[in-house]
Amino acid sequence: MSGRSGVEVRLENLVRRYGTVTALDGLSLTLAPGELVALLGPSGCGKTTALRLLAGLEEADEGRVVVAGEDVTGLPANRRNIGMVFQAYSLFPHMVAWENVAFGLQMRHVSTAERKKRALDMLELVGLGRFANRYANQMSGGQQQRVALARALAIQPQVLLLDEPLSALDAKVRSRLRDEIRRVQLEVGITTLFVTHDQEEALAIADRVGVMQSGRLEQLGPPTLVYTRPATPFVADFVGLTNRLAGTVRKGVVEVRGTEIPLVQPDVPDGPVTALVRPEAVTLATDGEMSDGPLVGTVIAVAFLGAVSRVTVDMGDTTVLAQLPTSAVAKTPAGTKVRLAFRPDPVLVDRPS
Amino acid sequence: MAVARRGVHRSRWIKLQIFRYVVLALAAVFFLVPLIAMFEFSTRANAGGRTLEYWKSIFAYPDLVNFNLGPAPDAAIDASLELALITSLVMLVLLVPTMVWVRLKLRRLSRIIEFICLLPLTIPAIVLVVGLFPMYIWLGTNFSDSILTLALAYVVLVLPYCYRALDAGLGAIDVKTLSEAARGLGASWFSVMWRIIVPNISNAILNATLLSVALVLGEFTIANNLLYNNLQVELVHLGRANAGVSIAVAVAALVFAFILLVILTFVGGRPRGTQPEAVTDLAGPLAASQA
Repeated sequence: MSGRSGVEVRLENLVRRYGTVTALDGLSLTLAPGELVALLGPSGCGKTTALRLLAGLEEADEGRVVVAGEDVTGLPANRRNIGMVFQAYSLFPHMVAWENVAFGLQMRHVSTAERKKRALDMLELVGLGRFANRYANQMSGGQQQRVALARALAIQPQVLLLDEPLSALDAKVRSRLRDEIRRVQLEVGITTLFVTHDQEEALAIADRVGVMQSGRLEQLGPPTLVYTRPATPFVADFVGLTNRLAGTVRKGVVEVRGTEIPLVQPDVPDGPVTALVRPEAVTLATDGEMSDGPLVGTVIAVAFLGAVSRVTVDMGDTTVLAQLPTSAVAKTPAGTKVRLAFRPDPVLVDRPS
Repeated sequence: MAVARRGVHRSRWIKLQIFRYVVLALAAVFFLVPLIAMFEFSTRANAGGRTLEYWKSIFAYPDLVNFNLGPAPDAAIDASLELALITSLVMLVLLVPTMVWVRLKLRRLSRIIEFICLLPLTIPAIVLVVGLFPMYIWLGTNFSDSILTLALAYVVLVLPYCYRALDAGLGAIDVKTLSEAARGLGASWFSVMWRIIVPNISNAILNATLLSVALVLGEFTIANNLLYNNLQVELVHLGRANAGVSIAVAVAALVFAFILLVILTFVGGRPRGTQPEAVTDLAGPLAASQA
């Protein structure tokens, strides 16, 4: 199973309309062989529609779907050889786990003995060999989704599609299964499109992340790049938390509360803007001069998030979020006067709101 | 305190059980008294005492039953059984794919389909006959005047009841996701229906079939007014000639329907994988192996 190479997938200028609503507005996306791309975006942004067009469950109004160099736009779902895991539990309730996994092989007229053997192999791959004779209602949500993954992979598809497969699971199971999906995907080497509205999930699992809005791809790139160099204010807002602070652009840098910060975008005309500053780019100091100034504020809340904590600082005219190691926030309980500083990481600017 | 509370719970539980049994007993009396009375009448001998003469002579009436099953049954029971079978099959072939397709592709038509399917419920049978009469004259002249053509009218008659039974079955499963999952795994639409949808609504199909069989076996108005001799029409004729045999056949028909109901209940059973012992047995390993 390991070492099988994936195929290239191209979505070319896909358009899909539902009445007057345009769900996909000229989406183009290329997945390299064996790559895992996560499509991320709010509800209604068109990410699931894109996935369904690739699966053949819906028809595009315009554009092409090309898998391994072959135009499959007009092919029905049952002739595309694409594996899919759904958001809702989709195991066939009248079949036990191995029969579910073997269903696709049965449709391909594989002999009973061979399909049982391959189904059991796939269940082993997802760590559920012992559960082969269980019905869906005898398994937990996480187990059902692992069987669904095994079922999707058993037909040796050219492409694997994952439609928010973790959204119905609780947090701990979700993170474990997320890692499991990545492990299996790398082991099988299959080109994979993963749709989610959970940014943490997308950033953790994907080779590249595509952020979508209103049926269009706002940015496509490696997770670190999408996070640290968001291409648009929407991406900056949607991926991670962002402070929106008033500033002024002057000669290629933005001045925020008296501090100069470099810009992500080149060629921003001089004038007032809103700078999008990540909470982790904000540091707090409690020593030294604390007379009033543009960078001095009062801590109003501290949220413990585990290894890091999020501190909310009231600056008088606005509030600023700072993310610090939990060990560092002991000195800044609520009510403490602090002085802000901004790391010189390049920031994105938006028009003033 | 806890003991007192347990005592209150126990007395309430006992009262509830008594109430249940009283209701069950009243329902049983309501249904069984007429049946027992019919059975008593059909076994009453003229000179006093008991006799099975009427029951034995059921088979002496060739218009009632002669086991000549085929395209032109000439006995009432044979015809009614064939009609029940044909009506059930046509109803299922017509209704199941239509309802699945509406759920999958034509959601906006679901209200209209529901309205059309429930419409026969609001039309009295006698009005239906007036509408059907010209069609049956035309059918009899141009195609066939076999009693089996009644199945066309009966499919319309059973539509509302079967629609409700099947709708409940389809509502209990996620038709869209299951169909899409099967399609993605390479299943044709026929395979989706036959291998995925039908096994998962088998109970609803059995219920719909039972309703349709029961309705067809008990139908009188349409057959009588279209001048066909089905079981109920023949029973009325027979009742005038020999009331004892007529009642014996009526009891036999009811017992047949009852046996059919029991068989379907046990064949349908509970869905696989919900046996309580299996679930209990899994509690340990499940908890330990959460994904």
